[in-house]
Amino acid sequence: MISARRRARGVLPGFGLSTGFTVLYLCLVVLVPLSTLAFRSSTLSWGEAWRVVASPRAVASYRLSFGASLAAAAVNVVFGVLVAWVLARYRFFGRSLVDALVDLPFALPTAVSGIALTAVYARNGLVGRFLEPLGVKAAFSPLGVCIALTFIGLPFVIRTVQPVLEDLDAELEEAAAILGADRWQTFRRVILPAIVPAAVTGFALAFARALGEYGSVVFISGNMPLRTEIAPLLIMTRLEQYDYAGAAAIAMVLLAASFALLLAINRLQAWTRARTGRA
Amino acid sequence: MDAGADGAGVSGAARTAARAQDAAGRTGGTAVHPEPFDRLRAGSAPLEAARSRRTSTPTATSARHPRPAHPRSVTEDPPAVRWSLTALALVFLAAFVLVPAGSVVVEALRDGLDLWWEALAEPDALAAVRLTLLVAAIAVPLNALFGLAAAWSVTRFRYPGKNVLVSLVDLPFGVSPVISGMVTVLLFGAHGWLGPWLQAHGWKVVFAVPGIVLATVFVTFPFVARELIPFMEAQGVEEEEAALVLGASGWQILAKVTLPNVKWSLLYGVILCNARAMGEFGAVSVVSGHVRGVTNTLPLHVEILYSEYRFRAAFAVSSLLFLLALVTLVAKKTLEWKQHPARREAARRSAP
Repeated sequence: MISARRRARGVLPGFGLSTGFTVLYLCLVVLVPLSTLAFRSSTLSWGEAWRVVASPRAVASYRLSFGASLAAAAVNVVFGVLVAWVLARYRFFGRSLVDALVDLPFALPTAVSGIALTAVYARNGLVGRFLEPLGVKAAFSPLGVCIALTFIGLPFVIRTVQPVLEDLDAELEEAAAILGADRWQTFRRVILPAIVPAAVTGFALAFARALGEYGSVVFISGNMPLRTEIAPLLIMTRLEQYDYAGAAAIAMVLLAASFALLLAINRLQAWTRARTGRA
Repeated sequence: MDAGADGAGVSGAARTAARAQDAAGRTGGTAVHPEPFDRLRAGSAPLEAARSRRTSTPTATSARHPRPAHPRSVTEDPPAVRWSLTALALVFLAAFVLVPAGSVVVEALRDGLDLWWEALAEPDALAAVRLTLLVAAIAVPLNALFGLAAAWSVTRFRYPGKNVLVSLVDLPFGVSPVISGMVTVLLFGAHGWLGPWLQAHGWKVVFAVPGIVLATVFVTFPFVARELIPFMEAQGVEEEEAALVLGASGWQILAKVTLPNVKWSLLYGVILCNARAMGEFGAVSVVSGHVRGVTNTLPLHVEILYSEYRFRAAFAVSSLLFLLALVTLVAKKTLEWKQHPARREAARRSAP
């Protein structure tokens, strides 16, 4: 006989085994290792921790990490919406190829993206040689960090906005046209409000990814302390000096920012769901 | 006037088309076509004007000005806008994706296939290939097993704390790769929690292969689970419950009902998981110690070659990883196409 408790939970077998394994594996692989971070940084006193976390080099690295990530995410919002629009609305030769290309930054290992971007944007590179006469130094400068982070975050906005655009009810736009709106007015007043939640979610996802990014940035940034050193690289440097507590303290700052973002993204996705009526 | 098209039985689609055409006619578009629009006569002045304009032209108009094959509807942008937006989007993608990706291939093959092959046939490069395959062969099945268990638990049962569990699964995605590697060092390193004990038993985890595997498992942890959970949620439990009623055991249900249903979704997650496992750089870089030929995965080998200014070799090894990315993308597209409606829904829900 199936007990009332089991009926409330679901009648299929395997609850204990699957849930037990899930929780155990989650603890062993994720939660226990992450908790070591908090314990390790707590071996520092508040004063010591503050000295590490607020040192000029650390502050410069946060400023670069946050600033470049924001700039990259902003570029991605503008161009992401544009690319999503083009892919969702227009039919042109090679569209499905371009659509597949969008996922490349996800699939390409970050070290490869890093050296490829460096080769292209360096002074003698394919794009860099055109920027050089304009006085723009792309590689080995904060701009290079932005370029790498834009590359890394590129698919996020496109992939969140594109399905919303595809699902958008054509009758809304037709109604707007009948009421006398031109295409630009229709876009601003009808389409844009519908895609704002998705675009903001994409922005936050791209920002969160950029904040922690390491592989693609270290090659193109030049890694000069106080100038082009991102926060994850500073953690790496501290680790190489066996300053584990210092590394853990800086990591906690970065982690706190990431988790705050994850929380915000969860809320944003709920907002998107409420707005568009789909998951 | 065709009473049939104007009657109460006009379908929604026909109405939409009629409305679109009417509006196109009004805005001076090319779709002037004598059709009844009585349905839209509801007192809108511009519509009235459009209608009277149309009714005043005889039916023969369409014969004198044959309609173009593809009349532009009101929801379509003018060609000039369309082309300039497309061009802008393509330029952006070219500058940020196509050119860097293409440069990998060009740089790798610049000095000919022989030198490319030579760079790949180096013992250190081969060792890196072997280690990368080994790490993926351990990390991917582990996380696939976890993904299946987590999805079964979360989508087949109701219990308190389920939502927390689902959020925790995503946790590794929010952690910087450097931090992911670092926690392995903090746990198993010489000065870590378990380090002294491991050392006493002669086990080396950090700066050795086990550490690389652990860091990779951490980084690729969510991939399969977050593919399977929305997919199995959408599928519901009816088929499994039917199998249960028919007397199947738990393992039989899993093997004969669930796995065949979720196989493409599972494969999709495995492919993404594998791509990340083989390509992970930051986390692995922290724990590897960069011992050439021993603890170097392919991405780390690329870094070493690059830092030694052996650019051609670095790009040659990179081209292997680029190939992996291409295979991943093709497999991903194929699977998305194969599972068209169901798969796409799930993919959207778990947007990367």
